[in-house]
Amino acid sequence: MTVVGHEGDLGTDEPVPVDKAPVDSTGEALTAKKRFEFLYFAVRNKKLLIGLSVVVLFALVALLGPLFVKHSMLAYGPPFRPPSAAYWFGTNYFGQDVFAEFVYGLRESLFVGLLGGCGATVIGMTFGFLAGYKGGMIDEALNVLCNVLLTIPGLVLLILIAGFLHHTSAVIEGLLIAGTTWTWAMRAIRAQTFSLVSRDFVGLAKLSGEKSRSIIVREIAPNMSSYLFLVFILLFGGAILVAASFDFLGLGPSNGMSLGIMMEQAADWSALPLHLWWWFVPPGAAITCVVGGLYFANVGLDEVFNPKLREL
Amino acid sequence: MRRYLARKLIIYVVTFFVAATIDWLLPRMVPGNPVSLLLAKMNLQPQTYNATYSLYMKAFGFNRPWWDQYLNFWRALLHGNLGVSIYDFPKPVTSVIADYVLFTLALLIPAILLAYFAGNKVGAMAARRKSLDNTVLPVGYLLTATAYPWLALLLAFLFAAGGIGHFFPISGGFSYGLIPAWNWAFMWSLITHWFLPFLTLFLVAFGGWAIGMRNLIIYELESDYTHYLEALGAPSKLVRRYAYRNAMLPQLTGLALQLGVIVGGAVVTEVTFAYPGLGYLIFQAVGNDDYFLLQGIFMFIIVGVLVANFIIDIIYVLVDPRTRVGISGA
Repeated sequence: MTVVGHEGDLGTDEPVPVDKAPVDSTGEALTAKKRFEFLYFAVRNKKLLIGLSVVVLFALVALLGPLFVKHSMLAYGPPFRPPSAAYWFGTNYFGQDVFAEFVYGLRESLFVGLLGGCGATVIGMTFGFLAGYKGGMIDEALNVLCNVLLTIPGLVLLILIAGFLHHTSAVIEGLLIAGTTWTWAMRAIRAQTFSLVSRDFVGLAKLSGEKSRSIIVREIAPNMSSYLFLVFILLFGGAILVAASFDFLGLGPSNGMSLGIMMEQAADWSALPLHLWWWFVPPGAAITCVVGGLYFANVGLDEVFNPKLREL
Repeated sequence: MRRYLARKLIIYVVTFFVAATIDWLLPRMVPGNPVSLLLAKMNLQPQTYNATYSLYMKAFGFNRPWWDQYLNFWRALLHGNLGVSIYDFPKPVTSVIADYVLFTLALLIPAILLAYFAGNKVGAMAARRKSLDNTVLPVGYLLTATAYPWLALLLAFLFAAGGIGHFFPISGGFSYGLIPAWNWAFMWSLITHWFLPFLTLFLVAFGGWAIGMRNLIIYELESDYTHYLEALGAPSKLVRRYAYRNAMLPQLTGLALQLGVIVGGAVVTEVTFAYPGLGYLIFQAVGNDDYFLLQGIFMFIIVGVLVANFIIDIIYVLVDPRTRVGISGA
């Protein structure tokens, strides 16, 4: 909320006329204009505002939460306590503070999600650009790789890997998730690249002897930057969900806390028959809120970026 | 049509090949081979350890050259031999899987199909009624954003553990007091144990289909053929039917893409409810370090997903005339 509110002051100027010309490396003024235009629509988009504020709220809890944690995760107080002033989210089977677990678990879940989302975006972009720009055999090979990975159920593959690995850390978990979830992003980016490659400005860049790498980085990628951002948001949300399932199965980091691990421990230690709902409701609710917020922000951003979808 | 299906078949053969190779390669790539991990649990004396270690290495064929091991793996796989379960020794992996697979199918098939049809219908309705859309859209997004384990725990708490009531049993595939038989008591026990895991899978998938269909229909209702039909004065019912038919195609492709996600969700859901399907079994196999069972279930799930994909491809050919005459294919 704070971020948007701050930028909102900049964006309430006159609306800038829509200019559909592609942004190339020389269009500095145009980019500046476009940015104002995005902000103009961004601060007026309810879905974006709601989604973003929920995500920012949870990010703040993860960042600043440790300042408000009164009991260490390793301190054992009275067990089975419902939420109270002393224990905001109650205590678990062992008397540990659920709020402390929640804060540190949220941190780790967001970290794994961010790493998985970033990693998958990078892999998806690399392969998508390569396949879409080069075409031919490279495209064919990458496409087969992508289709193969799309068919193999990601979580089952992760279970197989984890079953043999035995010890995972948050970083390994994030990278494994990135390695199994990039596929649809590659398909989408490849299709977008195909449609851009045949445009005149790319042809011009080719004629002027630019290298493929710099054509992709300077001509193609900037023209679908908004699209890439949307892809990242979806992958980020997806990675959080996969990580939750992965951790819930007891395959996550062995020396850490995450929202999925909280749910696993609650399930393992009779939170259901003992009615300790405060143990497993907050972690799952946080996941739903963050991922739902990301999806909502995604729809909102889509409307902001895409003039056709704007409701005027 | 032949070309379309042939191309798909090639992809499936490659997928099977890659999956099998991963299945074979993984235990050989991780630090500390499975044999030493198995023996670590046995608390053996150093002397006995070495003897047992070399015996096991020989028994599992780990002392042979890698290409020989790989060929052996394929030979066994093509004969339908997935090895012997270590935990459930000496039961063959295939017969362990056979005991669990029906539960998974009974869970997955209705959940996938009902969620798909209900989601598509509700999504299409939401696309033309603003009042409905205002609830379907947020609820749909929240459902797709829900982690399977949480929804499973929540439903188990509310309807099985007494959060609201004890309407359903909390775990298992049927009551332990019953002997499997074709009678009403047993059938009823199966249904009550089945319902909550089914509902979990259904709800999450339903949200996704509803949103997808809503967006597609809105897109179709903006397209040229719709405007043309409207200009001709076609009844809106006809226009909507055309829009629905066109939107079905991407949704069908989406069904093939979503299979993996739903199978993953089924694993977590079965574990939460201790529902005796393949997901619960693979979880047990990981916990017991039962590597052959783990590898076997992986291969089995891959084959299942490939068969399902192929069925969807055939349906696609039946639904989309363009793939039949070879104008273009998705």
